[in-house]
Amino acid sequence: MKLITAIIKPFKLDDVHEKLTNLGVQGITVSEVRGIGRQKGHTELYRGAEYQVNFLPKIKIEIIVTDDMVEQVTESIIENASTGNMGDGKIFITNLEEVIRIRTGERGNNAI
Amino acid sequence: MNKLTTLHLKKFVISFGLLACIVAILIPSVGYTDELNSGDTSWILTSTALVLFMTLPGLALFYAGLVRSKNVVSVLIQCFAIACIVSVAWVVYGYSLAFKGDGAYIGDFSALFLSGIGRDSMSGSIPESVFIMFQMTFAIITPALVVGAFAERMKFGAMCLFSLLWFTIVYLPACHMVWGGGFLGQAGVTDFAGGLVVHLTCGVGALVAAIVLGPRKGFPNTPMPPHNRTMVVIGASMLWVGWFGFNAGSAVAADSSAGMAMLVTHISAAVGALTWMGIEWIKQGKPTVVGIATGMVAGLATITPAAGTVGPEGALLIGFLAGIICFYATQLIKSVLKIDDSLDVFPVHGVGGMLGIIMLSFLGTEGGFLGSAAAGLSDQAQGSSINQLLIQLKGIVVIGGWTAVASWLILKMIGLVTVLRVNEDQEYDGLDITLHGERSTNPE
Repeated sequence: MKLITAIIKPFKLDDVHEKLTNLGVQGITVSEVRGIGRQKGHTELYRGAEYQVNFLPKIKIEIIVTDDMVEQVTESIIENASTGNMGDGKIFITNLEEVIRIRTGERGNNAI
Repeated sequence: MNKLTTLHLKKFVISFGLLACIVAILIPSVGYTDELNSGDTSWILTSTALVLFMTLPGLALFYAGLVRSKNVVSVLIQCFAIACIVSVAWVVYGYSLAFKGDGAYIGDFSALFLSGIGRDSMSGSIPESVFIMFQMTFAIITPALVVGAFAERMKFGAMCLFSLLWFTIVYLPACHMVWGGGFLGQAGVTDFAGGLVVHLTCGVGALVAAIVLGPRKGFPNTPMPPHNRTMVVIGASMLWVGWFGFNAGSAVAADSSAGMAMLVTHISAAVGALTWMGIEWIKQGKPTVVGIATGMVAGLATITPAAGTVGPEGALLIGFLAGIICFYATQLIKSVLKIDDSLDVFPVHGVGGMLGIIMLSFLGTEGGFLGSAAAGLSDQAQGSSINQLLIQLKGIVVIGGWTAVASWLILKMIGLVTVLRVNEDQEYDGLDITLHGERSTNPE
């Protein structure tokens, strides 16, 4: 089992979610986050003064998948979250020790 | 029987005619010289509502949008409380000290609690009650404008005390000296709708308050951009509309002077807004909505003292200079002098007010520069713009000087009794939750 964490541009969320659902991914967790990378920040203007805004808003999605799904899911995210510009985000894949469904107590692949 | 009736009727007519003559002769001598003009009265009633609307909700929203989201409620309640405090003080002693008596610097107590003012009391061609209300709305907005200087850090109790004392010690004498029969008005100082009385006083008071209280924590290195620019635009737009009552109402009549005042006010607002936006566009590459709105306020503040004397071409020039000078004054105060006049009250209102007071000496004078709608120089200027300028400068020095000294003294006096500023923790958490137990919006 793997945990796939992806940081993407906020306006790409709907596309990414729709395609993941088509692949059979049932659950996804979404958070609004801020961060800085190669895209850098932007300047905000106020009455003649300029302010640097370093941390830009991004969306973090977390998905748990069985090992055989990892490739399809990452491919789908790359395809649908990409604009070709800096700031498209990143994907992290980590091993997952255990998954438990709280309602039934099921564990492992059955709980995904 | 018929004859008798006719005789009685004749007698009655004659005696009634005599009585009418006597009354007609007597009336002027008992002071009923002014006849009520319903046109004037209805316009000043309307203007009064417009000027109150400038403070609530116009200015309150303008300021609330400009502060950070943790201080929205604090600015709204400050404007609201000032409106209520000044209303009561105006009725108890304010109107009397501003407009009664013939003192050089301040009025007298002859109309304490508005005593002696009845339903039929007149002020020019309008009921005195209407004049009292109209002037009250000016007294309300002036200390409310100062709020922008000490926003996001002043304690509420200290703010209430400051506003009441400042209204009493700064606004009332200024109002009396210029408008209430005091020595500046008699010296020929021209201030149509409040370049000195409203904008210079609030601007200088703001500058002093910003210096005495000190900057907000993090100023100038931490960005403190407006939390809600939509609110800023809504408030600013209400100010624009309300200003028609402020300036055109200051004719205290529904006449040609009011009409021209409305026209020049509108022109100056539009040109000031475009100028400020243009400077930003050239300098920074982007026109901003806070910029265009701020330029509009600068144009309005600057035309205020001149609205009764300049013509449309003069208004174009005033608006243009207001946009440029107030923009650079803002940079000077915040970026160069590092004074945290948080919402730029001095550079916009104080500088704008002074600019208009000075410029009206040259614009709109008979035969003067750009003055088609000339109401002319005051008699004391003897037809010379330079003489008028010297008179106007005297007004700036007296009102500006007194405001600076008195504002400083008031803050120091309050500082002896209570703390002016919230502590660091409260400032960090925001005044909304720490002083008022409320937040502007409660996200679910």
